[in-house]
Parts: sequence; C-alpha cells; structure tokens
Amino acid sequence: MLVVACVKQVPDTTQVMIDPETGTLIREGVPFIVNPFDTHALEESLRLKDKYGFRVAAISMGPPNTEVTLKKALSLGADEVVLLSDRVFGGADTLATSRVLAEAVRRLGEKDEVFMVICGKQTIDGDTAQVGPGIASRLGYSQLTLVDQISDVDLRAKTVVVRRKLEGRHEIVEARLPAVLTVVREINRPRYPTVPMRLMSEEAEVILWDNKVMQLDEETIGLRGSPTQVRRIFSPERVKGEILGDGLNKPEEAAHILIDNLLERDIISL
Amino acid sequence: MNPVSDLGAIGYLLFWGLTAVAAGIFLYRGVQLLRYISLGRGNGQATPGIRRGLAAIFNIIVQECQWKNLTHRDRAGVGHAFMFWGFILFVIYYFLFIVIASGFGIYETMEHNSFYVVYAWITDIIAPFIVIGAVWCILRRYIGRPKRLEGQLTWEALIILITVLIHPITHVGKIAAQIAAGSPPAGLSLATPPLSTAVANLYDGATSIEAWHAAWFWSHWVFVLLVLAIIGYTRYLHVIVAIINDLIRSAPPKGMVSLIDLKNPATFGVSRVDNFTQRDLLDIQACVVCGYCQENCPANLTEKPLNPLLIVRDVKANLLSNAPVLLKKQEPSLELIGGEREGSISEDAIWACTTCGACMEVCPVYIEHVPKIVEMRRDLVQMRAKFPEELLNLFENSEQRSNPWGIAPADRAKWAANIDAQPFEADKTEYLFYVGCAGAFDSRERHVSLAITRILDAAGVSWGILGREEKCCGDSLRRLGNEFVYDRMARENIAQFQEMGITKIITECPHCFSTLKNDYRQYGMELDVVHHTEFINRLLKEGRLKLNGGSNGLGNVVFHDSCYLGRHNEIYQAPREAVAAVTGKAPTEMERHHNKALCCGAGGGRMWMEESLGKRINIARVEEALKEAPATICVSCPYCMVMFEDGLKDKDADERVQVLDLAEIVAGALE
Ligand code: SF4
Ligand code: SF4
Repeated sequence: MLVVACVKQVPDTTQVMIDPETGTLIREGVPFIVNPFDTHALEESLRLKDKYGFRVAAISMGPPNTEVTLKKALSLGADEVVLLSDRVFGGADTLATSRVLAEAVRRLGEKDEVFMVICGKQTIDGDTAQVGPGIASRLGYSQLTLVDQISDVDLRAKTVVVRRKLEGRHEIVEARLPAVLTVVREINRPRYPTVPMRLMSEEAEVILWDNKVMQLDEETIGLRGSPTQVRRIFSPERVKGEILGDGLNKPEEAAHILIDNLLERDIISL
Repeated sequence: MNPVSDLGAIGYLLFWGLTAVAAGIFLYRGVQLLRYISLGRGNGQATPGIRRGLAAIFNIIVQECQWKNLTHRDRAGVGHAFMFWGFILFVIYYFLFIVIASGFGIYETMEHNSFYVVYAWITDIIAPFIVIGAVWCILRRYIGRPKRLEGQLTWEALIILITVLIHPITHVGKIAAQIAAGSPPAGLSLATPPLSTAVANLYDGATSIEAWHAAWFWSHWVFVLLVLAIIGYTRYLHVIVAIINDLIRSAPPKGMVSLIDLKNPATFGVSRVDNFTQRDLLDIQACVVCGYCQENCPANLTEKPLNPLLIVRDVKANLLSNAPVLLKKQEPSLELIGGEREGSISEDAIWACTTCGACMEVCPVYIEHVPKIVEMRRDLVQMRAKFPEELLNLFENSEQRSNPWGIAPADRAKWAANIDAQPFEADKTEYLFYVGCAGAFDSRERHVSLAITRILDAAGVSWGILGREEKCCGDSLRRLGNEFVYDRMARENIAQFQEMGITKIITECPHCFSTLKNDYRQYGMELDVVHHTEFINRLLKEGRLKLNGGSNGLGNVVFHDSCYLGRHNEIYQAPREAVAAVTGKAPTEMERHHNKALCCGAGGGRMWMEESLGKRINIARVEEALKEAPATICVSCPYCMVMFEDGLKDKDADERVQVLDLAEIVAGALE
C-alpha cells in the first residue's frame, strides 16, 4: 500500500531575477526551496499514511543537491525517498519529466502496490501543471487535478472520492485507483518537522536511481526526449509608475489623487 | 536549673529522643527532596565559589536590613524583617543554650555568666518584635487582603505564622520563670532583661516555679522541634532554599535559557518533570506563595490562563507526585503538559507568556519562571511540532528567508535606498548598525531606522550596514522554543560577524540587542553591543548632538520601558535622560514603570501569535498610558511601537496621541 508524493526543488522565485541579455534565470546565490504546492502534496500523502496506514515514498527528479528536499520529506515522515538524478535526465520538458517520474512509480510499484501518486498542482518555476497529468497518462492511472479535499478512500473497492477546486465551483469526483492527484494549497496545512526527525533525516541515505537503474531509452528522456524547448525568458515590460502626492504625511490627499486617477482610467466607477 | 537533667536519664532520653525524631523527619524529607531534585538533569553550571557565596549572604542581609526586598511595594517586608532577624538570633540561642547547655547538662557553665544575660537581653528585646511581625503579617494577610494574594490565602500560611507567633511567647515564659527562680544567680553585675523580669513578677507567690519553668521549657522545645520537622513540608522551606537560590541564580540577564546539545535529546525540551534541570527543580521549592509574580504578570493581569505562581506550584506538585515512580525508573502518571489536574500545565498557559521577566523581577526567592516556560515550549515545538498554527509561517519564513514575514532577503536594504548608507567594512567603519527585521521591512519602523542614521550622521559617527547580507538574530524563535533553528541562525550570524571583523554593534531593536549581547555569548561570542537609546544618550552627554531647544510638538511625553531593555538588561535611565535632554524635563511615568513596567504584549514571540484569550495586553498598557494624558508616547522597541499604535487605534486615541521612538524624538529635535 504505497502513496508516492512527487516533489520538486525549485529556486525561490521571489528571489530570482532574469538576466535581460541572455534571457535566462540568474540562479546564482538564490536559495532553493521545496516547490510550495508539493509541500501540500507531501502533507496529504502523510495524512493518508496517518489515516489509512499507507507507506509514503517521496520521489524527485533533479540535480544531486535535490537530496536536501528529499531529506526534508524524510524529516516530515516519508518512509522512503528516491532521487532520480542523471545527466541524461537534464533539460527535460514536461513530457520527458513525466516519463522519468512514471517509470520511477512503476518501479516502486513492483515492490509495493501503488494506490496514489500525489503532485502539487504545478511548480512555481515552470508553472505548466502538466507533469502530474503526464504521469497519469504514461501509467494509465485515473487523473484528478486541482484536488482540495480527499473525502474518502475505499481500500477494498479501490476507489477514491475527491473534491476538485475549479473556478467558482467545486466538483466532487469518484475515481478508480490507482490515481494521480494534483493538489492545491487549500487542501491542508503542512506539518513541521520535529528535531529528532530532522536529525534522523540528516543521517539518512537517499536512494539514488540514475539511468543505469531506470534503463530508459535516452531518446525519450532529457533534452533529447523533449519536444518543447524554452526559447527565451523575459519579464514583461512595465512602465514604472510615478509617485503621486505625499501618502506618508498627507494620506487623505493621496487617497483622493489615487481615486481620481482610477476614475479617470475607468478602472473604478462611482 | 535544667529541666532535662532534673529528670535524670529519662530527661536526657526524652530530650534527645524528641530532638532525634524531629531532626530525623527533617533529614528524611531533606534527603527525599534532594533525591527528587537530582532526577533533573545537570546544566553544566559551575559550582559557585566562596566569593559568590559571600555575595549571596551579603545580599540577603542588606535586603533584610532595608526590610524591602520582599515587598517592593507593600509593607509586609517590615513584618518579615522582624521575623527574619528574630529567627537568626533564636537559632543561635537554641543551639547554644538549649542543645548544648541543657542537652549536655553543662547548663551552669553555659548560663551562669554575663554573656548569657546579654543574650537574654537580646532575645528579650527581639521577642516582642517577632510577635509584632507575625501579628502584622496575619493582619495584613487575612484582614488587609492585598490584591497580590488573590486566590492564595491558604491555611498553611496561617499555621506557619501562628507557630512564629507562639515561639517567642513560650521563650519569654521560660526566661521569666528562670528569673523568678533566681537564675541566673544574682551578682553578675548585670540587670536581668526587662520584659522577662516584668513577667517574672507574675510568678510571685507561685510555689512550684521549677515546674512552671519545666513546663515552659518543654513546650517551647517541642514547638521548636515541631517547626524543624515541618520545614521540608511547608513554605518554611524557603529559609533554606531561598539562600541557595540567591547563590546559584543566573547572572544577568535573568532567566537565560541554556543551549541545546544535539547529541543529547534530553536537552530538546521538557515534557516530563525530570527533563527540567536540577536547578529548575530546586528553585521552585522556595516558593512562599507571596503572589508578587501573579500580580505583575501581564498575561495573568489580562485574564489569560497563565499565572507564574501556578507554573511554580504545578511543577512542584508534578515533581512530588511523579518523583517516587521516576526514581523507580517507571513512567510517571501525571502529565506535565496538557493535563487538567493540579500539577499539569495547559498549552495555552505555556504559549501565553511574553517572557517579559516581570515575575522573576519581583520574586523574592529568586525563582526563574521564564526558562521553565521556554523549556516546555521547546518540547512542544521540537519534539511534538505542536504549536499555534500562526507560528508555522514564522518558523518557515525565518528559516528560509531569515525574516518573520518571508519577504525576499534582497529587499533588506530597501529602507536605505534614499540615503547614503555604506556597507560595513572592518577597517573603514567603526560601528555596524544592525537594523533588524522590523527596522528593515516594517514600513513604520523604517522611519526609526532613518532617524537613527540621521542622528549618527549628525554626530559624525562612523557606521555601516550589512544591507542584503543582514540576517535575523533569531530572538523570536528562541523565546518560542524553536532552539534548533535559532541555533543555526545564531551560528550563521556569528560566523558572519567573525568573518567581517565586526565587534562593535548598534542595534535598533532591544530584542536584537539582548540576543546579540547575551544569548550569543553562550557561543563564546563577545560583542560590544549597544542599543540605540543608550548610544544616543551617550552622544547627547558628550555634546555631539546639537538640539534646537524647541518643544517640537511633543507635549506631555509618557515613557514606556521595553522589557528586553529594562528588566532584561537593566537599562532604564538612558532613554529617560535622552527624553529629558530634548524636552527639558523627565518624561511622565505610568503607574507601572522601570522594573515593574507592564509588557506591551509582543515579546516572547507573542508578536506573531493571535491574542484570543482574555483582554489584549497592549490595550491594558495603552489604558495605563492614557491615564497620564500623553501627547506623545515614547518607545524604544519596534514591537512596542506596533502594539501601542494598534492599541491607540482601538481606543480611538490615535488622533490625539502619537507614538514615537526615542530616536525619532531626538532626530526631530536636531538643529
Ligand atoms: S515572563 Fe511575564 S508573561 Fe511570562 S509568566 Fe513571567 S510575568 Fe508572566
Ligand atoms: S514564585 Fe516567587 S513571586 Fe511567585 S509566589 Fe512564589 S515566591 Fe512569590
């Protein structure tokens, strides 16, 4: 009985800047964090563990320093973590990434039956929201995106009932297991690691699967297996606003100026 | 005459038998308590040397001479001082003239001399004072009913006071009988003591003076032995433990918590009473339930479920109840945290503390409440990951972005975008201006940062900042029990300071100040840290700032003490002097001020938590301030700033009262 949480280590995008000349991200000195949506995916997996007794495996594809993220998963209570790291995995788009992750899930499933794969709804660096559905397609699992509540898991009938958070409405869906779920932030509040767990995770070994283990056709993964490529990254031009009035000393006057301006531009109406 | 030897062998048997029983009970309890206390862990504190010991004794004597240490405010101290000195003198008397003289039958050698008469004079004079002291205390306690004793008027105190009251009476009865019987013998050229002599006249015509004397002697001694026997079971215990507490109390600042040892999980927090340090388990034994702590605790005053007195009572009750099984290495039955019974402390109480230190400040027997509370928080955070949910963001933000709000560290220098702030460079800059998270990110507090730089520049001080490289000092995390993360942050900061050759630091926030100055010292980092109020006052005194001498629209300035500046670091005068330098007169004091000042409610990490229980502390403090009809409230801490501004808005007084940091007051008065 296994639940697999997919986590990704991403640069803290609030601190990332784009090099205007080369159109690439300046990653130097930017700290890495766990993709915030994935922390909720992991938390939901751990809650399923607490409630139904699943084992939780956390997997991540990325460079060797992704270990830190997986250790964090261990410190929060994941039973097993696997790092998918190999030069040939690099430069992957969402298709190639989902192939690697799906293969990892399949391999985990050889030892222990996989009931659910849980991902964050998207990452904050790529923002595509395609990897979760990609895994579901590759594995032929049910696909439940934008989940904000897991209402019920029926272990015998192997079904799951979830609530999906859509624009302006909710949708309650029942699906066959195994399923891939992508979750939104509202689904839970992540837990905090205890010190003994942190210390344990610092000592723990992270299992590494490279392509020698995974044995994927190099034409289907990494840069070579990626039909899409990022051409350029840029911040949309923004005309810098001007400071009107003296909000610090004359807040009321400044508020009036603001209202007048908004009215003028038809952004608000009276 | 010796009522002991008069009865022959039986007398000695009786005397030593009774004494042995009482001493036996005393020792039994003593050993029992010591075994209980030894359940705690050592805290690596060095044994105090002789100098420290003498200083402690001297301290107690001085305080008892001023008859004030116990009171601070009310006059129970008068009664206590009478009883204290009476007790000391009587203990000497018992030892010399009862145990040695009567117990060993060398009565004549000991008593037929002038020294005895002189001592009889002394006890004769002190006896009525003890009676007065005891009566005074009984009246104050049970008739006067001071507010501090609310809910704490127990029978135990009355019984103790009555034993105190009866002692000197039996003593005088005994001496008087002695005098009536013509002993000590006449011809010692000294008059017999007046009170006893007067009482002796009452025996006139009594036939069996000897019997009277024996009766007084035995009843007196039995009484003394009774007290000896109950010391370990009652608040009498403070006569011993208070002295030890004084001896081993932590050096200022009070209530410093210890570092954790990552190799020793026992140091990660206190969930069971034996996780406390031995020091923690010892000091609570001295509690006399005087109620000063509860009367000064901001949480208790605003109807929160925290009362420092009850923390002490419950830890003690928990120890007494669990120690027997713990000594057998079994699991204790009464939980320390979260239970309902006496001896158990609620999580709400643990989270309500602002670590303001008011309880420790007034505790006459030097009990340290704050470390105990922080240690229990550590257990909740570090071992159970169980804490008010608002704190999750604080913890994650602090760990990942080194500031409480989780703002991008790259924005840390934005406050200084429009001024000429140089980065700190060891050989070029003298002082590091450590701005702190609030000073860098909080829109209101940024003005204080700017005011400080204006003052530094006006005085020609050489200063620099760390800008984007500055990190949070970790204060909130430490007080909230997240020592693990604090420890990392502190070590990072220290490494940075060492690498950059930083030794002299001016801080904007009292919490940074105390953390850098005191907490980092635990890592062996000695920094010359000064809070901006102290530094500004120094500049004023040295004449390096020219003031315009005008009123600057300040009006009546009421001063609020920051806990971490005042109580924790004993800086009370500097900010007041600086206000006086600007306005020409000392700032107005609130009812609670200096070391009794009421906390604003934001310390101890409370800044980052909801305050849903009881009344809000900042409102209570603002109400105190408003009583003094201020036009300006002067603060010296970013937290106080927020709490006062919010409180004034709540009271609809923000239009007529402004809150200014001392730096803003001084900067606004520069020429
Ligand atoms: S430190 Fe302050 S808030 Fe905490 S118990 Fe003591 S007096 Fe109360
Ligand atoms: S803890 Fe100290 S201040 Fe509080 S009641 Fe006990 S002796 Fe008094």
